[in-house]
Amino acid sequence: MSSTDQNQTVSTEAAPDSVNHEPETHAAPSSKSSGWVVFMFFMIGVVGSLLSGWILFPELLYSKKTQPIDFNHAVHLDNVSDGCESCHYFRDDGSFAGMPDLNSCIDCHEEAQTDDPEEIKFVDEYVTPGIEVPWLNHSKQPDCVFFSHSAHVIGADMSCESCHGDIGTSEHTRVYEENRLTGYSRDIWGHSISRLGKPKAGDPLPMKMNDCAKCHKEETGHKGACFQCHK
Amino acid sequence: MKEKNNHKHAKRYGMVIDLDKCTGCGSCMVGCYSENNIPFKTDETNKLDSINWIRVFKITNNKPYPDTEICYLPMPCMQCDGVGKHGHSPCVSVCPAVATDYDLDTGIVSQIYTRCFGCRYCMAACPYHARKFNWWDPVWPADMEKYLSPNVSPRMRGVVEKCSFCFHRYQLARNKAYLEKREELAEDEYQTACAEACPTGAITFGDLNNKSHAVHQLIKSPKAFRLLERLKTNPKVYYLTSKNWVRRAGDNYLAHEEPGKIKNNIKEHH
Repeated sequence: MSSTDQNQTVSTEAAPDSVNHEPETHAAPSSKSSGWVVFMFFMIGVVGSLLSGWILFPELLYSKKTQPIDFNHAVHLDNVSDGCESCHYFRDDGSFAGMPDLNSCIDCHEEAQTDDPEEIKFVDEYVTPGIEVPWLNHSKQPDCVFFSHSAHVIGADMSCESCHGDIGTSEHTRVYEENRLTGYSRDIWGHSISRLGKPKAGDPLPMKMNDCAKCHKEETGHKGACFQCHK
Repeated sequence: MKEKNNHKHAKRYGMVIDLDKCTGCGSCMVGCYSENNIPFKTDETNKLDSINWIRVFKITNNKPYPDTEICYLPMPCMQCDGVGKHGHSPCVSVCPAVATDYDLDTGIVSQIYTRCFGCRYCMAACPYHARKFNWWDPVWPADMEKYLSPNVSPRMRGVVEKCSFCFHRYQLARNKAYLEKREELAEDEYQTACAEACPTGAITFGDLNNKSHAVHQLIKSPKAFRLLERLKTNPKVYYLTSKNWVRRAGDNYLAHEEPGKIKNNIKEHH
């Protein structure tokens, strides 16, 4: 479009070059063989755009970070009595403690119990100087979201795995992929950039608003009022 | 609108404000500001762009001394049920962004700041001026940002906000109820910040549908009235007064009309 527009504005000067070019471009689709060429170029453009959007764009969009300590969930789960709730517990007012603070860890880890370099690093860098570990939270939601763990875990009797996946049996922490634009974890959007298909068994579920609404619609019959999940 | 509520016993949270007890001290406003992270400016002289979720108005009977009387009128969001209690409140029905909705479980009208795009249609529709617009991003003095409540998300420039009946307190109370495997909340478990802050006990809050809650009885009092009742907005904020001129100020009455004797004809179902 823009090139023909330019030609029209220039044509008052009667530029012979532009006039000569126009018939060529208009004549091109008229022959069958060049129609296929145009279609091929179109498809190459479409496929190229999709590939760059689905493969290249996520690489650019997400930065990769590692947790400060390579935490072994499997070892801990074997040694505690109360499952996930041993460390990720409910407070007496019904709120959820989330990631345990240093005080919870110190009960067992005042001194390193093994020769594991990660545990020694944890004790030396965090326990002894009394610094909270800056864990990266894969499930962190924006400020406007209200999520009640007690409504889901106690009220609806859901297991931790049903949203967070098999994190409890992992031996190493995953790479934390942070969205460079929003600052949130890739887990919120879900690993599939197209959001098609289901996550692999054991993977955490995506946690966008539509994901909440979909499950609420299935389980309770309606998506719920806005204030149910917003604050 | 077509959604049915989940619970058998839907709640209708409402408020009764006794104007005979209100001294106009403004504690409710202060309590509300700190509870709900409401932004303020260093100079609040221009009340047109002040933001407050509850505001104490001063009304007078316009008579010369010694017959002058004044009355203080705290006004939160009226949480209108609309005709037929279907949640067809003035603001909800006009919002083009679905940024505000009516919760059929509690009767509380929400406002979702991240969804609102600031057209202010709801402000035009609200007959009570309960909705306020953020003309600027909030600026918190010194390190006050660290003292904001994490239970209420702060608003940004360009969105509308309003009283939520401290819905986050309802959510937190429900958290505890879930932990203790209870279905129902006790009356004192969920109270708004303004009701708690009021030093004279003028504000009573509770479930209008629950016979054991104080508000259930209070709204049956002959002293009870609501603002602009004839608009059929069906508010859940009731006022009590023993003065007829105060009651007359609550709606537009013609000289021969007597408040309380006019049929409102609000249909409960349609």
